This record gives sequence, C-alpha cells and structure tokens, in this order.
Amino acid sequence: MILWQMLRFAFGGLAANKVRSALTMLGVLIGVASVILLLAVGNGSSVAVKDSITALGTNSLTVSAGSSFGGARGASTAKKLTVDDAKALASSAQAPDIKSVAPVVTTTGAALYGDISYTPGSIVGTYPAYFETSNQKVEKGDYFSNDDVLNARKVAVLGSTTAKQLFDTEDPVGKQITIGGTPFTVSGVLKTKGSTGFNDPDDLVIAPLPTVQNAFTGFGSVNQILVQATSAETTTAAQAEITQILMGTHALADATKLDFRISNQASLLTARESTGKTFTVLLGAVAAISLLVGGIGITNIMLVTVTERTREIGIRKALGAPKGVILGQFLTESTLLSVLGAGLGVLAGLIGSHFSIVGIKPVVIPESVLAAFGIAVAIGLFFGSYPANRAASLRPIDALRHE
Amino acid sequence: MGRTNSGSRGGGRHTGPAVRAGDATRGDAGPPPVIQIRRVTKSYGLGDATVHALRGPSDPVTGEPLGVTLDIEQGDFVAVMGSSGSGKSTLMNILGCLDVPTGGRYLLDGTDVGHLDEGQLSLVRNRKIGFIFQSFNLVPRTTALAQVELPLAYAGARSAERRRRALAALSLVGLADRSGHKPNELSGGQQQRVAVARALVTAPAMLLADEPTGNLDSRSTEEVLGIIDGLNAIGRTVVLITHEDEVARHAKRVIRLVDGAIVSDVRQGPVAGPPPAIRPELVGGRS
Repeated sequence: MILWQMLRFAFGGLAANKVRSALTMLGVLIGVASVILLLAVGNGSSVAVKDSITALGTNSLTVSAGSSFGGARGASTAKKLTVDDAKALASSAQAPDIKSVAPVVTTTGAALYGDISYTPGSIVGTYPAYFETSNQKVEKGDYFSNDDVLNARKVAVLGSTTAKQLFDTEDPVGKQITIGGTPFTVSGVLKTKGSTGFNDPDDLVIAPLPTVQNAFTGFGSVNQILVQATSAETTTAAQAEITQILMGTHALADATKLDFRISNQASLLTARESTGKTFTVLLGAVAAISLLVGGIGITNIMLVTVTERTREIGIRKALGAPKGVILGQFLTESTLLSVLGAGLGVLAGLIGSHFSIVGIKPVVIPESVLAAFGIAVAIGLFFGSYPANRAASLRPIDALRHE
Repeated sequence: MGRTNSGSRGGGRHTGPAVRAGDATRGDAGPPPVIQIRRVTKSYGLGDATVHALRGPSDPVTGEPLGVTLDIEQGDFVAVMGSSGSGKSTLMNILGCLDVPTGGRYLLDGTDVGHLDEGQLSLVRNRKIGFIFQSFNLVPRTTALAQVELPLAYAGARSAERRRRALAALSLVGLADRSGHKPNELSGGQQQRVAVARALVTAPAMLLADEPTGNLDSRSTEEVLGIIDGLNAIGRTVVLITHEDEVARHAKRVIRLVDGAIVSDVRQGPVAGPPPAIRPELVGGRS
C-alpha cells in the first residue's frame, strides 16, 4: 500500500486518542528540548568562563610566595617575595619576554568618607602596571602614575562597589577618604567587572605600593608579583625566565624545591574548560536519559494501542492485509509520534535557549539539535518496532476473537 | 454440489451413492468445486485433554476421528447449521483460511491452502474470500467508502480504480448515498450492508458469512439476506453459517453439524437456479 495511505491511517490512529498521543509526544518533546537546552547551558557556561578568563588577560602571570609542593621541607627557610625580586624581574636582561612587573601587597582596613565608614574587600598597594596586567580600567578620573609611586603620594583608585558604598551617587574623584588614619585623595574609579562567584572583584582600593607599605604593611615582603608577558604565546617562556631569575635572587639550586609559585591564566583556563566539559557531559547525560524515558513512553503507548486495536488488526488481516502493511502502519504511527514530539521539542529547545537560565546565557550547539532530533526519531522507530511486530505477528483468528 | 463422508475409511468418500446421484444432476462437465475439503480435523490441546472441534465420523475399528470431507460447487448457496460447540465456527475459520486444520487437505478454488505461508494466505484471503461477520467488524473511524476500498488497497489497486469499484459495490447494497459515513453513523443493518459490499468488492471465489444476521433486527435481517440472495442469483458462491432455520431457508443446501461431524446434508434447490427464498424484485441489485 502506498505511503500516503499509511500516513493517513497513522494520523487517524493518533487522532483517535488525542490526549494519549499528546502526552506521549510530550515525553519525547521534553527529552529533545532538555537535550538541546541543557547542552546549550553547559556550552554557554563554558563560553562564559572562557570569556571572563580571556578578559582577565591570558598573558598575565602571578608569582606568589610559598612552595608549589605543599609538603616541601624547606618551607621554614623560604624567602618571602620582595620588591627587590620584582625589580630584578623588571630590569633583568635575561627576561626578554616580560613586558611589565607589578609587586602587590594586600591588606584590609576601614575607609572613612565624612561619617560613612566602609570596609572594602581588600586594599591593594602596587605599581601602575597592575592596572593593565589585571585588566582593570578606570571609568572616571585616572590611574595613579609612576610619579605618584616614586613620591609615595597618598592617592587611591576605588573599585566600583567600594565607590558606591562610600559615595553613593556623589562623584568620588578628587574627594578625600581616610583609610586607617591616612588620608587618600581619590584619583579614579574602576569600571565594574561584575561578580564571577563569591568574590566581588569591584570591592577594592588600589593605592601606590610605597604608600600602602608606609601606612599599613611596612617595607618587608610583598604578597604577589604580577608579571605581564609580552604576549599570550610567550607566557611559558616568561614563566621559565621568572623561575630562573628568582632562583638566582633566592639563591636556590634545586628547581624541584622552589619557595615561590607561578600560576598563569592559561592553565586556569584549561582547568576551567575541562570542568566545563564535564559539566556539559553530565547535563547531556541527564537529558539523554529523559529522551530514553520518552522513548519507553512510546513503546508503552504503542503496546496499549496494539492491544486495544487487536480486533481491528484481525479485521485487516481477514481482508488480506499482508504482515508488512500492519507492521508499517504501527511503525508509521510510532515514528509519527516521535517525529512530531521531536519537532516540537526542537522548537521548545530553541525558544527556551533565548532565556538565560540560572544566570547562564545558553549557546545552542547546532549538532545537538540535529542529533537530538535524529536520535528521537530513531528511538520512535526502535521502540515502536516491538509493538508493531507484535501486531503484525498476531494470528488473524486470535485477533478476531479478541474482545 | 457436495457429499458427506458418512462411510468408513476409503469406501464412502469416492464411491458413495449420494455422490453419484449429485454428480448426475449436475453433469460431469461442470466447473470444479470451489471448496474441496478432505478428511479435515481440528483439535485443541494434547493427550487426554484433546478436544476435537472438527472430527467427522469415527473409525469403526480404532475409534480415531476420520475428519470432515465436503465439496462446495461454484454458484452454490450453502448454510452450515449447528448449535454452539458443534464445530461450525471452526469449520468457518478453516474455510476462511483464518485457521489451519490439524489434519486433512483443503483446496480452495483448486489451490491447496495447507502449504501456504502467512503471506500467501493473506493473499488468498484478499483475493478468494469475502468475509461477513456477525459483529460487522468494520474498521473504526473509517468511512464506508474507505472500508470497501480497503481490500482493494491491500490488493494494490490504483486509487481511481478502487474508488470506482467500491462505489459500485456500495450501490449494489443500496448505500451509495452513505459512502461518507463512519460506522458509528450507520445503523446495524447499514453497517452489515457495508460489510457485504466490502466482502464482494474484490469479486472473491466465495462469500463466507458467519451468522450475518445474528445482531440484526428482523427488517435488517430481511434486507441483508435479500442482498445475499441477490448475489447468489448472479452467480456468487455463498457459505453461510447460522443457527436459525429462518435464515437457512434461503440456502440451496443445508448442512447440519453436531459435535464436529456432519449429520445431515439436505438440498433445498438446484445449484444452477436462483436461491429458493429470493424475492424477485431484489435480483439485479438495488441502487
């Protein structure tokens, strides 16, 4: 019999039980939509992570004190990082791949403006190179200059959160705040970076290194040295150069017993990317299971349909319907269920991906749409074949006797 | 034309006096019988629990069932009668190729259907047999026209051809104006007439009606039987299963089954002539 007629029979069969067909399709719809949507969310989150890490600057390296091997014996004798280390890195002829160096000290303390007191997340003392290396840009006012650093001027750049807390709607530029008894003139306000987790990167005060050392930490060690490589490709070379130079200044001979640690954004990126992939795979697996459950729903409903229409199958067989036609009729019906369900699921998934989900903007993977649709249709064929085969193999005499 | 196997093994089947007498009325030059069943048995279960739904007479020596033997001539109108459990439904299922006999041979229109596989059997059902059931057995949610087209569709006929023949068949049963109605929009009598149209649309070798009037009121019964009479009058072979004498009155030959064996075989009219209860105004169809 021709395909068109089979399709018409299948449509008739589905239309006879509209609610049942709709619910079965809903199962497939949810499966397909969740595959598309969850993969898009996973993909979207890894795209977002990649973007934010790229925004931090992929060519920046952070040197911090302490052994990179947790239980190293030499920890007690470890030298702290100093401004001299930073100077050695900055001036060394052995480091052609280092673009700029910024030693960093961090401390905390309450800031006062008028009668408003606020404790920012951190107070950072550093060199102007810090701004470029850590991808901080001013929105209002200006950075402090090398001149400010040399003269240990009492100027500060505020993060946007800190500025809002202290000044609310007032323009902070040129105003004076007091931190730990020391008056600072606000020279600029940084652009909002936005929170990436529990830490607010906009809640900080940045001031010249000697000013902060003078007022709070003293002229001892620094917490970190931020190094910017000349480009993203040279970070590995720059890392080797830093190791070489610091081993010299710290008088270390054994490269396995370093008393400092170098981390770069690229390795962070790789780590976050692999986390993102695991996340995506997990989401995809959950979605695939729901697709499978939708497929089992098809089998279930088709088995019910076959049982319910056993008599009809008997009549058709008595009229001379060959096995293939009966098989085709029920297979068409189950495939139609899955095709319609999958089509609506693709639609739902694509529409759903326009909304941001738990703060993540989903990015649809085109292959996932095709794969989800294809798998759903294949599931319809596969899961429909058992009930269809059962219908086709019924003996006409038994089918006719069925009440 | 037929004969019953009332003799012992070997003897009565081929040379019984009844057979000779039957052949004589018809002449040896006539077409071969549409149905020839030879020593057909049907049993269910195994060992001591075996039930012989169709057994024929028992072998006088061993007590084994010898099976039913029966011929039905082309153009005949045979009523098979018997109470429930007499084996008439089993016989009907075997005649309709819906069930296979446990033993014996069945030749339908010259073809031995015992050796056919599932696919060939469906072809035989499609081409050679038109079923009319007691419970109409129309396909739900399908218009009368589509019902009648169904056997043609399974036979692979083209759309236009299907439509033409289905409409002709519906006109023959007087339902041309109801072709777009679905089963739930038709009365019982109309449904059965659609079933008759569906049974005859492929021009089968035999119409097989299983209690066609069992679910109908007396007026619809007369209508349906009138149509069947008319079909027989224009040469269709009809096998009708019933337990009502009133219905059997229409047949040219009445066979009675008791406990799976033929106990009587009465001819009420000649094979060649019109059926005995036909009402002349129905001959040639109604439209």
